[in-house]
Amino acid sequence: MTRKQKRLSMIAGALVFLGAATTLTFVALGQKASYFYMPSDLKTAIVEPGQHIRLGGLVAKNSIVHGKGAEIAFGVTDDKDTVKVTYTGILPDLFREGQGVVTEGSFRSDGVFVADSVLAKHDERYMPKEVAEGLKEKGVWQPD
Amino acid sequence: MVETGHFALVLAFAMALVQSVVPITGARTGDERLMAVGAPAAIACFLLTALSFAALVTAYVQSDFSVVNVWENSHSLQPLIYKITGTWGNHEGSMLLWVLILTLFGSLVALFGRNLPPSLKATVLSVQGWIGAAFFLFILTTSNPFTRLIPAPIEGRELNPILQDMGLAVHPPLLYLGYVGFSISFSFAVAALIEGRIDAAWARWVRPWTLLAWLCLTGGISMGSYWAYYELGWGGFWFWDPVENASFMPWLAGTALLHSALVMEKRSALKIWTILLAILTFSFSLLGTFLVRSGVLTSVHAFATDPSRGIFILCILTLFIGGSFALFALRSNALVSGGLFHPISREGALVLNNLFLTTAAATVLVGTLYPLAVEALSKDRISVGAPFFELTFVPLMVPLLLAVPFGPMLAWKRGDLYAAGQRLFAAFACALLIGICVLLFVDRTAVLAACGIGLAAWLLLGALTDLVLRSGIGSVPAYVAWRRLVGLPRSVFGTALAHMGLGLTLLGIVSVTTFQGEKIVALNPGENLTVSGYVLHFEGMKAGQGPNFTESRGVFDIMSSGGASLGKIVSSKRFFPARQTPTTEAGIRTFGLSQLYVSLGDPDASGAMVVRAWWKPLVLLIWLGGVVMMLGAATSLFDRRLRVGAPSRRRKAASKLAESPS
Repeated sequence: MTRKQKRLSMIAGALVFLGAATTLTFVALGQKASYFYMPSDLKTAIVEPGQHIRLGGLVAKNSIVHGKGAEIAFGVTDDKDTVKVTYTGILPDLFREGQGVVTEGSFRSDGVFVADSVLAKHDERYMPKEVAEGLKEKGVWQPD
Repeated sequence: MVETGHFALVLAFAMALVQSVVPITGARTGDERLMAVGAPAAIACFLLTALSFAALVTAYVQSDFSVVNVWENSHSLQPLIYKITGTWGNHEGSMLLWVLILTLFGSLVALFGRNLPPSLKATVLSVQGWIGAAFFLFILTTSNPFTRLIPAPIEGRELNPILQDMGLAVHPPLLYLGYVGFSISFSFAVAALIEGRIDAAWARWVRPWTLLAWLCLTGGISMGSYWAYYELGWGGFWFWDPVENASFMPWLAGTALLHSALVMEKRSALKIWTILLAILTFSFSLLGTFLVRSGVLTSVHAFATDPSRGIFILCILTLFIGGSFALFALRSNALVSGGLFHPISREGALVLNNLFLTTAAATVLVGTLYPLAVEALSKDRISVGAPFFELTFVPLMVPLLLAVPFGPMLAWKRGDLYAAGQRLFAAFACALLIGICVLLFVDRTAVLAACGIGLAAWLLLGALTDLVLRSGIGSVPAYVAWRRLVGLPRSVFGTALAHMGLGLTLLGIVSVTTFQGEKIVALNPGENLTVSGYVLHFEGMKAGQGPNFTESRGVFDIMSSGGASLGKIVSSKRFFPARQTPTTEAGIRTFGLSQLYVSLGDPDASGAMVVRAWWKPLVLLIWLGGVVMMLGAATSLFDRRLRVGAPSRRRKAASKLAESPS
């Protein structure tokens, strides 16, 4: 091989590698990115049971029910619709009724949202960003 | 004192402007007196910033609530250490720390850059001055920590309780030392482009700074990871949170830079690429600062959202990244590359390393920015989390890690892959055996874990093999081997340590993700819970009182499955009345390199406490690996310093000789 051919083959190898990495990245984005919804978005959006999404809103008033062991049920609301959520585990410290929350998980076939993680705001001053914006769009939340 | 601090900050800004203009003008016109302004200006700039920072710390220590920043983030009952660390536990203070470290690095170049060519040094200091001036202006116009509040409230609002931890004393300063330390490599790269001249000596000057920044960034990231692990009570060590990614991208690019600068130093090849990487690494640091400080992301690190700040940092980002890339496009073809090499060679291996690391950094970048792009273009809000990064980042890392032990075995210019393979055969066989043993004796279904542990062993043994072969242990008499081992260049040990650290971290990650035990149950006092063979006997809840919080502690007796007592573990929930904020303090008990981790929830319907307990086997290796990597960098740095110092000493000796005849 001449020096030029050698260099070209190295560049070709690098390009093939980069191409593979790019393809992998976009496949992963298509499959693994999860969408964020507010409860009233779910009337129009099509979300299959089992599809991993993020559901955000406020924890509905008087909705927290401590079940057996570490099982907890609560409602997530945007004041228009409420979705029933169950979660097994320890809730974040700042999880309270009337506060913003983001849950991740999927719908069971009976329409109950099974969360595999629950994120509340990390500081009493700030709302999770998606929730704040979602509520603003729906005209529910007024910044204090 | 507060006004003095404010005034010093304004003076520091003015000094940064002088530093930005005068030395480079001197360098372009060949005026030595103007060039000589650079060093004292950089040092003065640092001293003024330090004075300003000290003033803010004093205001915090004295609980001077007439300063808005102190009022918002401190409380008179807070322990002294958290009053001090609270200085940078907020947006304004942390930006002041940022510029403090920036000017610190500038003054270090001024002090230790004695053997740099004067025009290069002047240009580097000016580029540092540009960055400094931009951020001073940012602080003074949008994030002034010295703003007064009249009338002064009698009590402060307290530092966010999650931040009231020793972690805040260590993690941000180390992380910033790393982030901002890469500004030196950036300034050197831009200066080289402006001067239009670059050689192997350039790489020799840049490498110690890059190593130092990399060392600190490695420490900052591992420390942050350990802090998140014990403080958040979720038992996780890495969440692929956008803010974590923001610090991880400069680390990946910086690691690539370290390796490519090595090629440039030794073989004067890859010049253009190294310059590009130096620019890229600091661009990632700036991007990280933007992502964290602008509030476009939600995380524990986003203190407040203020659009004007975001736009200002975005302008700085565009100016510096855009400007340096434009300069690169204009000037890089003037740089002559040298040092041809065969694909199978040390250089080839380092190119492979760079290819993988930069691609990995790119996938992390895509995963971090994609949600922002989607939100801007459509109205959808999406999140990209761990599953994405596991699918993209992990496949990129595996081949890279497999190749790591080969790198140091190959000769420069043209290597022999077959011979390297032969020399590594023993290490490979051992690693394979370890993997098989894990599969046979620990868990027959854990195929991936066995591969991961085998890979970690391969990294560890590969690094050891390099040391063994270089010293000739086993093939020459022991005392000769010992002498050779001691006589090896420090950087060889540095490489081996850094690669071993990588192996240790990998071992910790694989072990925890595969073999950890987890239990969530509701317990009444007197009841037991069993996790991975450890029995936790719940004694009950006890009330406690801290300086600025009340807490309820859950006390557990630890017993082995045989019933032998192994001590106690205390996990608590704290309540901070000033902020009306509860926090969870996980109870952690260390056994060797493994830990038992207990965190408390709320009482369930019947009043029993919800308890979540983990057994985390070999978890400490994750961060210990980071420490070993830092040790490697430090060892290598020591070697470098001696070598960089060498020419100046020789020059002094030569000048003495020249003087003596007269």
